[in-house]
Parts: sequence; structure tokens; C-alpha cells
Amino acid sequence: MIGGLFIYNHKGEVLISRVYRDDIGRNAVDAFRVNVIHARQQVRSPVTNIARTSFFHVKRSNIWLAAVTKQNVNAAMVFEFLYKMCDVMTAYFGKISEENIKNNFVLIYELLDEILDFGYPQNSETGALKTFITQTGIKSQSKEEQSQITSQVTGQIGWRREGIKYRRNELFLDVLESVNLLMSPQGQVLSAHVSGRVVMKSYLSGMPECKFGMNDKIVIDKQGKGGEGATGQSIAIDDCTFHQCVRLSKFDAERSISFIPPDGECELMRYRTTKDIILPFRVIPLVREVGRTKLEVKVVIKSNFKPSLLAQKIEVRIPTPLNTSGVQVICMKGKAKYKASENAIVWKIKRMAGMKESQISAEIELLPTNDKKKWARPPISMNFEVPFAPSGLKVRYLKVFEPKLNYSDHDVIKWVRYIGRSGIYETRC
Amino acid sequence: MTDSKYFTTTKKGEIFELKAELNSDKKEKKKEAVKKVIASMTVGKDVSALFPDVVNCMQTDNLELKKLVYLYLMNYAKSQPDMAIMAVNTFVKDCEDPNPLIRALAVRTMGCIRVDKITEYLCEPLRKCLKDEDPYVRKTAAVCVAKLHDINAQLVEDQGFLDTLKDLISDSNPMVVANAVAALSEIAESHPNSNLLDLNPQSINKLLTALNECTEWGQIFILDCLANYTPRDDRESQSICERVTPRLSHANSAVVLSAVKVLMKFMEMLPKDLDYYGTLLKKLAPPLVTLLSAEPELQYVALRNINLIVQKRPEILKHEMKVFFVKYNDPIYVKLEKLDIMIRLASQANIAQVLAELKEYATEVDVDFVRKAVRAIGRCAIKVEQSAERCVSTLLDLIQTKVNYVVQEAIVVIKDIFRKYPNKYESVIATLCENLDSLDEPEARAAMIWIVGEYAERIDNADELLESFLEGFHDESTQVQLQLLTAIVKLFLKKPTETQELVQQVLSLATQDSDNPDLRDRGYIYWRLLSTDPVAAKEVVLAEKPLISEETDLIEPTLLEELICHIGTLASVYHKPPSAFVEGSRGVMHKRLPARTGSGEGTECPDVGNAAGGSAPEAAPSIIPSQGDLLGDLLNLDLAPPTTTGPTPSTSGMQMGGMDLLGGGLESLLFNMVSHPKMGAGFGAAPAVMPASLNAPVGGGLGDLFDLGGGVGMPMGAYIPPKTVWLPAMKAKGLEISGTFARRAGVIQMELVLTNKAMSVMTDFAIQFNRNSFGLAPAGPLQVLTPLGPNQTIEVSLPLSTVGPVMKMDPLNNLQVAVKNNIDVFYFSCQYPISMLFVEDGKMERQVFLATWKDIPNDNESQFQIQDCHLNSEAASNKLQGSNIFTIAKRTVEGQDMLYMSIKLSNGIWVLAELKVQAGNPNYTISLKCRAPEVSQCVFQCYEAVLKN
Repeated sequence: MIGGLFIYNHKGEVLISRVYRDDIGRNAVDAFRVNVIHARQQVRSPVTNIARTSFFHVKRSNIWLAAVTKQNVNAAMVFEFLYKMCDVMTAYFGKISEENIKNNFVLIYELLDEILDFGYPQNSETGALKTFITQTGIKSQSKEEQSQITSQVTGQIGWRREGIKYRRNELFLDVLESVNLLMSPQGQVLSAHVSGRVVMKSYLSGMPECKFGMNDKIVIDKQGKGGEGATGQSIAIDDCTFHQCVRLSKFDAERSISFIPPDGECELMRYRTTKDIILPFRVIPLVREVGRTKLEVKVVIKSNFKPSLLAQKIEVRIPTPLNTSGVQVICMKGKAKYKASENAIVWKIKRMAGMKESQISAEIELLPTNDKKKWARPPISMNFEVPFAPSGLKVRYLKVFEPKLNYSDHDVIKWVRYIGRSGIYETRC
Repeated sequence: MTDSKYFTTTKKGEIFELKAELNSDKKEKKKEAVKKVIASMTVGKDVSALFPDVVNCMQTDNLELKKLVYLYLMNYAKSQPDMAIMAVNTFVKDCEDPNPLIRALAVRTMGCIRVDKITEYLCEPLRKCLKDEDPYVRKTAAVCVAKLHDINAQLVEDQGFLDTLKDLISDSNPMVVANAVAALSEIAESHPNSNLLDLNPQSINKLLTALNECTEWGQIFILDCLANYTPRDDRESQSICERVTPRLSHANSAVVLSAVKVLMKFMEMLPKDLDYYGTLLKKLAPPLVTLLSAEPELQYVALRNINLIVQKRPEILKHEMKVFFVKYNDPIYVKLEKLDIMIRLASQANIAQVLAELKEYATEVDVDFVRKAVRAIGRCAIKVEQSAERCVSTLLDLIQTKVNYVVQEAIVVIKDIFRKYPNKYESVIATLCENLDSLDEPEARAAMIWIVGEYAERIDNADELLESFLEGFHDESTQVQLQLLTAIVKLFLKKPTETQELVQQVLSLATQDSDNPDLRDRGYIYWRLLSTDPVAAKEVVLAEKPLISEETDLIEPTLLEELICHIGTLASVYHKPPSAFVEGSRGVMHKRLPARTGSGEGTECPDVGNAAGGSAPEAAPSIIPSQGDLLGDLLNLDLAPPTTTGPTPSTSGMQMGGMDLLGGGLESLLFNMVSHPKMGAGFGAAPAVMPASLNAPVGGGLGDLFDLGGGVGMPMGAYIPPKTVWLPAMKAKGLEISGTFARRAGVIQMELVLTNKAMSVMTDFAIQFNRNSFGLAPAGPLQVLTPLGPNQTIEVSLPLSTVGPVMKMDPLNNLQVAVKNNIDVFYFSCQYPISMLFVEDGKMERQVFLATWKDIPNDNESQFQIQDCHLNSEAASNKLQGSNIFTIAKRTVEGQDMLYMSIKLSNGIWVLAELKVQAGNPNYTISLKCRAPEVSQCVFQCYEAVLKN
């Protein structure tokens, strides 16, 4: 199991050091600094073995988190734990920065004591932790409160406490998708997939039992034949994973998603689709070398969705060779600029409706070099945001039942929003 | 007010000030001071001097302060054991506190204080906490048992905590169950043979129930524990799989991977024709792909594991090639792993896509990645024959880029392509030659030289090219020197007229000016071959080469099986068994996949090897140890003689006795050259290249100093020890050797059982002994005439002579053996019973016996006891005679039989013995007299072995 956990700043100074196992000594702290943080070469692996001691690290801005062990631990678990640790810290004091860590070091030690015992991760749900670990010192608790805390921390529904009350029962569902594309210069889709998340923010009283439904092909086909309801199309989900509140065995058996949600925000589900993806934009590049010192680039982008919808925050990034000396750009829409420090032409368009087309052309002057190595021609990448789900996912319902309290599904105010963003959306040129 | 200020106190006299503050009356000030102490501790300052003052702050109602003091205690208690005792009272009191959070905190902290005296006090509170009414306390106490076990294992056993812990597995609270499972699993690891976890269908059922209810971490503990269970039959296996599969949709990747581990392991037991088996295979792919959208560090862990899974069960991900395409901004460690998997998944169906991708990668920035991409193109060419042509043209395009490392890498792989498809792509040689000057890495230079030598007849200026390399001969690495030597000899054999001078030059460079024995020896061989029999030289040097096979450094099957049992853990990330990186006894236990056992009749045999090779044999790729080894083989290979008609003298090695240099050299050379990976495991038709006549013993001149003894026609019944495993498959890339020694009709025989536990065919077996005490040497080659297929076993009897070189070994009867096959050379040592050296004419004349007995000084006599032997003197005598221990006389004195015996060893040493047997007494006394008293111990062992068997 995890033998120790260290947090360093970018210089390699230790900010937090907690040792759980006897086989980890103070020298482990230095070994990581010397061999990883101060290493001359860029780190080639997130797992490093130094003198029979294994170090797992993740970086958040310029803070290093390292878990140390001498045993054959579950590596996936260690990384999951480190991420979770970051989430917990963020939930407590915001951004993970040197200053915040120093300001909250007592709290962090307290958390580390609670969520990692002898190197075994324990309940790390912030909802539960916040009931008894606070930044403002411990309030004295009544006996009932104490046992409520412990039963929640160890209980079946460790992510939600009893007795939550809201005057207005409300929930927000965000379907957030990131659409990834790799396209060949000829416009052939090399790979495309959507990875999506359903994020739920709920303000519901009591212990509400929820059921979530979407246009999952398997479910629709099962009920399908009646012809009722299924107006839209269904989508084939390659795979999905759920927040721990979802009853997995029920999903496995009936493919229904039922759960008691944590209070506040949680990521209910993640999914991945590869079929019938709506690619919101198509990029058509044309690069021509004119002699040895000039390149002509023309890029056309086409929006491919309903004309009534508007895409936002569009940015096209056209890489330029390292020996670029000057660039002239003409674009029909938006603004384009050559950024020498980034070796790219960045073309920004604030808004663009569906079924439109826009074009940019640039002349790139090159310095003659005797460098034999050819320019690698990185792909043209794109960023954007669209108000629909490129996978085609639709929320069909989210039913709420709370038998003990007197509010019904109809009384809950529900909001659903779809946002499709570009993930890695690249076209080779 | 923020806490960061505590980090900045660096003035002198700090400790003194802190001391004052800690002893302050004001609570706030105390707390501030403790915070400062903890901050100093964190940055590595020694604040142990404040121990008593900090401990004094422990008695407080303030939970935050208490936690800080505890933190301090855990850090320094070990260095101040006596003072740590001061804290015990508070702990004991806190364990009784009405607040469960405080009880748990106390028991949690106490377990972290590694001071013996404190542990004693811990037992009682711990016992109470294990049965506490509050689950939070119980789950903390469960982990505490593991902590205590780490400090004092005996104490935990004596106090019966293990039983209490086992009871917690049936606890009503899922988190208590999970922690108990974690603690028990850890404790069980350091007691490999204990039945601590005692997994049975009932307890498994409890675990599976808890699995649905506990936290994500608890699920991991339970799944990892489940993976250690071996179900009784396929039905149980299936029912567990059914209950584990829902975990594949968990958001936590570690839960998913641990579930994959359980499924991969239990699947092994399911019959392949079962519908559920197919369903399960289909269910595994999507979650594995989803892991690739996790954070990069987890992707890395996932990819390392997928690499194993793809090797074990290629069918799972064979349609998912695209997800392994490298993204432009993947971290380098993810890129390299993806590339590896892409090659493994490459097949005729997807090769076009793969090649297009690889070509893109070859133009990237990262040198390692580019190199690997280029190498991957070569591997595709070898793996998928249809793509070879496109691969070659892609490689040529890359060579045109003139990027130095790309060119070098390309040349190395093109050499392999030439080997695989001879006489097909030689048209590209001209392009390669253009880049001769830019090659500065030994591997690339050696590859290029090989190509020039191999195709010397088609390259007009081959002699000039090779000559240019020769100028800096001594500055080259050995790899290049050897290759250059061979290439020039090849050139000479092809174009003798123009290159005589060149070949003389290289031979003299290699033999006279070099310190490297390999190079010198190889030089001499060529020299002698060329000077005595150029025709034979041609046959040797220009022999047709066997084809190389698909080159993918697969993991050896036994290791792969073990690693599959460790999916998700560090072992699977390192691709090494835990014993390679874990100290001490923990986790050193080797895990194996379960064998397939059908509940019905007539299912497959439960052979692990069989299960491993489960996917039809033609799909099983042959195993090649690693890039480096392979290259070594390839480079040496061109020396291989044409199969069995080798020009070397075939039987009696004695005639070479005089040629000292050639003797040693030839042998080592022969040893090197017979290795060549071969195509297609399971294709019986592949040509077998037998080193049949290559390993004739090369007797040293020493042979004639010794008696060449060995009579004929002897009674049966010589003692033969049972076969033992000399070389486990784990150590020899799948080759297992067991054996024994026997003396049959005056001939010493080494009886070997060779078992192929790897997935590839093994051929080209040869054996050699190190010098040993009695000059044992193989009297003929190792007769393994047919290739040894996967899971095949062959018994071979190797006649031995005793005329080999002699060197005294310790123990005397120790024999060091080298066995080689097409994969590698393996070494092991074994001990032979000295009785097989007892010759048949070892019966001494009575008179001579008496004289000799007297003649040998008494110092040389040694006495031994043989216990528990229930034979009478007659029977003993008969039995011993079977092993060439001859009774010369028998005397009876006071009911005690005295037997006088003689033994002659193969090297002429006589051993005289007196055996006292008393009727009714199972203990014999034996006195041995010998001029070489060292052998006595061994002889005694033989007596014991013979008499008791």
C-alpha cells in the first residue's frame, strides 16, 4: 500500500510530507526531488523506481504530488487516489497552489490522516468529510451528530447525509461533451469519438431516489416497438461509467440508471460514443510550398449543424514552420493573428451559425535554413463550443421520488443544458 | 490569518522560543506553537528536542490540537521511545471516549507508533475497538491489526486478533468488511502458506455482497482479494464473473482494472465453447478502451496492462486499433506505449491504416518516439507479409529525409526485412549505400556491413565500401568488428581475385592486433578454414540462412501468466514479477492462472501450459527474447553451417586435441552460431537445423592421464537416483530440464527430460559441461532430432565420457552444465551420485586389499554412520554390488558382521571400505580409506543412497 505521500513546490521544496509505513524513510523525500523534479531530462514515466522504491506522481499547475511505496501496490488505485486527493483539496480551498497549500497545511494533514489509513484509502467523499473536518476548527457535536457522522462515513450511502432540506427542490443537468477528431488532409475521418459527461447539480430534500433516462439505443430498442415517445433517434453508447452512487448491478441487469445523488454537484456518468457523430466543423486545408522560402496556406471551415444554432468561441490554430520570418493573413470573418512565440496563426471567430462557411488565406515567408530536417507539419487544430450534443444524446427524463417527504416529481424544477466542446479536433495538412 | 507564516520562521534560538510557547498557559498560543513545530517537521528540521513539551499538549479537548500532537508523535516516537510512554495514558483514555471519532483517532494513531512498550498497551484497547458498536471505530481497528502485525506479528497471533479480524468479514457494515479484507490480505502475504483468508464459496459470497455496497476503495480491496481465489469449477467461476462484470462501468479506473483482473483470471477456467465465454470477451473491450480517456498517468497504467492483455487474449481488442492512434499532445510515455500496442494489433486487415499512422509518427520531434516508429514499420513488414513492399518504400522515403537517427534506424530494420524476404528488395541497396557516411551508431554500422557482405556480388564497389570501414577497425565496437570480419570473408569467397589483400588485412587485424577473444577466435577459424579447405569455407560462411520470424518481443508465457494475475498493480506496470522489485517476503509468492477444469467429463486437460497456449497454435507467435539478443543472433547467424552436413569432424573430438586454439575457438564459435529464431510455432514443416554433429566433445590433452576405464557386461540394479528438476522453465525462457544420472552396462548416462513450456518450437539443442572433478564430458551430441513443440516433452539419454578436462569442484560431485537451443543458452548445475563413476572391474584382490589398507595412512580414514537401515549383511552386500561396490571378504566378530569392500573410480582412485553390520541394530558403521580422502564424503552418500533405496 501507499507508504508515504509528499507534496512539493516547483523548486522541489517539501510542503507536505506524511509517512504511513515504516519502510519509507526521510531519504525518499530527497530521492524524488533529485531524480524526478530536478532530473535533467524530461520525465519519461509517471511511475519511477529509485533504489527499489516506487514513486507515483501527478502535477497540478506547478505542484508535484508524489505517492511512495516499496510494495507491489495497485498502481491504478494510487493514481486514482492522487486525483481524488486533488479534488478534495480543491473542494476545501480552491486552486492547488503553493500558497494555498501552505495556508492550509494543518487541514491537509488532517485530511491525509482521515482519507489514508496505513496507506489504504478510506472514504474520500468531500460531502462526508466536510461534516467533521472543517477549516474553522471543530464545532462541538452532540452525540447524535457524532453517530450520524460515523454512520455516514462508513455507510452504504457515504456520499449523502440525512436530513437535508430545501425550500425549493431544484436540479440542473448538464450534458457536456467533448468531440474529438483526427482527419486526414483529404477529409477522411481517421478517428472520431465523443467523450461525454452528465453533470448533475441537485438541491433536493431528504434522500431522493432518482432515475435517469436517455435515448440509449439498447433501451429504446427494447421498449421501442410501441412507437410511443421515441421520436428522436437513439444513440449507440460504446461504454459508460458511473458515479459510485449509481447501482451498477441494476444497470448491468436492466440498463436503468437509478441512484440517490450526493447533495450539490456530482459527475453522474461518463460515456463514449463513436458512431453517427455530428462533426460540428469541417476543416479543409491547402498548403502549397512556393519555392524554398514561401508557403501559401488556405484553410476553409464549414459549420455543419442547424442554421438556427450558433457556435461560439471558435478558434483555428494553423501551425507555421520554425523558420517563419513573416506572415500575411486575410480572413473573411473574425480576427487572425500570427503568434511568433507559438509558431502558429491563430484565427478567432466569436460566433458562427450553422451551415456557413468561412475562409482564411495566408502567405508565410520563410528564412532559408540549412537544416536538413523537414518541418513536421503539425495538424491544424480547432476549438469551439456548440449548444448541442455532438453524440446525439438526449435526456429523456429524470424522475425523483422521495416517499418520506411530501414533494413529488412534478414539484422538482429541472433544467437541462447541452454543451458540445472541441476536444482534440485536428486535421492534418 | 493564514498558516503559511509557520513556514517562514528561521531565526536562531527557535527551538527555545517554541519550548516557551508550548508551555504557555494560553490555549491559542499553544496551538500556534504546535503548528510551527509541525511546519518545521515537514520541511525536514529536527524538532525532536521538543518531545516532552509537545506531548504535554496532548491532554486537550481541542480535537484539532490533539490531531497535531498525534502527528508529531507518530513522527518522533521511535526516536524517543521512553518518553513516548508518557502518551500511553492519554491513548488508553481516548479509546474509551464517548465520541467515536476520538476513539477511532486514538486507535488509529496508536498503531502508527512503533515502540514495543506502547504496542503492549495497545492490545486491550484494540480488542475493545474491534468489537466497538460504532462501525467507524471497527473499520479503523481492522486496519490497526495490520499495523500491529507489521510491528509484532507474533503478538497479533498470540492475542487472537487474526480470528477477530476474520469475524469482521461477516460484519454488517460494508466498509468494515473492506478494511478487514485489506488487512487480512496484507497479513496473508507475509504468511504465504497460512490459510488466513480461507476463501471458500461462503466467504466469497459475503465479499460479493459487500462489493455492491462499499466505497470505491473498498471495492478495489475486495476485488484484489477475490483475484487470489481459485474457484472449484467452471460454474462457480462463471457465477463470480457474472457478479463482477457490473464493476466494469465504475467511474474509478482502479475498480475497473481490478475487475478485469478477476475476469481475466477466472475466464481461464471457462470452457471456450460456452456462450458466456464469448459474451464476457465482448464485455471486456469497451471498458478497456474507456480507460484511455482517463488522465494521462492512468492511461499509462492502463496501456501497460492492455499490453499484457493483448498478448494473452489478442481477440479482445483486435478491432480497436484506432483508439491506440497517438495524439499529437499525448505525453511521451503514453505515445510509446500506444505504439507498442499498435504493433501487437497490426494485422492484414488494418495494416494500411497502421502504416499511414507510423509514417506520420516518424516525422515527429521526440527522438525515442521517432526511432520506435521507424522500428515499428520494420516490424510490420516482418509480421504482415502483404505489407512488406509498402513498408520498404515507406522506409526508403524516410531515408530520403536524411534525418540522421531516422536513417540509421531504418537501415537496421531493413536488414531484418532482407533476412525475412531474401532476394526480394535488394534493389534498394544502392539507396542504402548512399548513406554510409552518416552512420555513426554501432548497430546501424553493423547492419549496413552485414548488408554489404551479404550482397557483395551485387555491389560493384563492395570492396571499397568495406575497406573504408577497415581503416578505423580498432575504434569500432565489437559488434561492428565481428560483422566486418565476416562480411569481408564473405566478399572474398564471392570475389576471390580482387580481395585477397583485404581479407588478409582483416584476418591479421582480428587475430594479431585484437585483445578480444571472440574476434580473435573467429578470425582463426576463418583463417584455417580458408587455408585448408576453401570449399568447406564457402559452405560454412555462405550457407543458406534460416528465416527469421515475426519479431515482437513478447513476454515469456509463464511470466505473462503471472503478470496477468497482477493486473492493475506495479508489477503489471513494470512488466516484472513482484519479486524483482519488492524486498523481503512480501508478494514474492508467484501467482499462477488457474487451470481449466470442466465440471463435466472429457474437457481439456488441466495443463497450465495448455491453457496458456489455448488460442490455436497457429496463432501463437514465436517468442524472441529481446531486441538485443535477437540482433546478436542475427549478426552471428551468417556463420551457420549448412544443416547437418557440417564440415566439422563429427564424432571423436580427440583428433582435435592438439589444435589448442582451434579447439576452444571452434567450440565457442559453434556455440554461438546455432541460434536462429524460426518461423511459425506449431508448423511442423519448418526445416529443422540440427546441430547434431557440432558438439562432439573436444577432449583436452589431459584425458590420457586418467584411466579410461569402463568394463562391459555388469549385473543389473545399479542405483539410479530419481529425476529432479535441474532447470525450471521460469529461468530458461520456457525450457524445463529435469534429469538424473545412471550407469548402464558400464556407460555413464545423463538422462534428461526436456519439456518445452514456451509457445514456440525449440530446436538446435546442444549441451556442454564445465570442467569438473572427474572429467565428465558428453561422449556425443545431444540427440534431439525433431524440434520440440510447445508442451512437448522428450527424454534423451546422453552418454558421458570421463576424459574431459578436469577441475576440482566444490562439492566434488558438482557439475555445471550449459544447454542451448534456438532461444538462448542456459546454465545450471547439478550433482551426480559418485556411484556412477564406480567401474565394473573394481574388485580388488584380497592380498592387495590388505596391503593397500595398511599402506594408506590412518589420517585418511573417515568413519560414518548409516542409520535406519534394515538389511542384513548379505542383502546389503548384494545391493551394493549392483552399484559396483564389491565385497571382498566378510568376517563375523561377536555377532557383528564386518564387510570389506573395494571401489574403483573411473579415474583410477581406489576406495576401501569396512562396513560393520550388527544383527538387530539398524545403524551401520562404515570406515572409508582412500588416498584421496576428499571423495570419502561422496562415497558415503552413495552408500546411504544405495542401501536405502
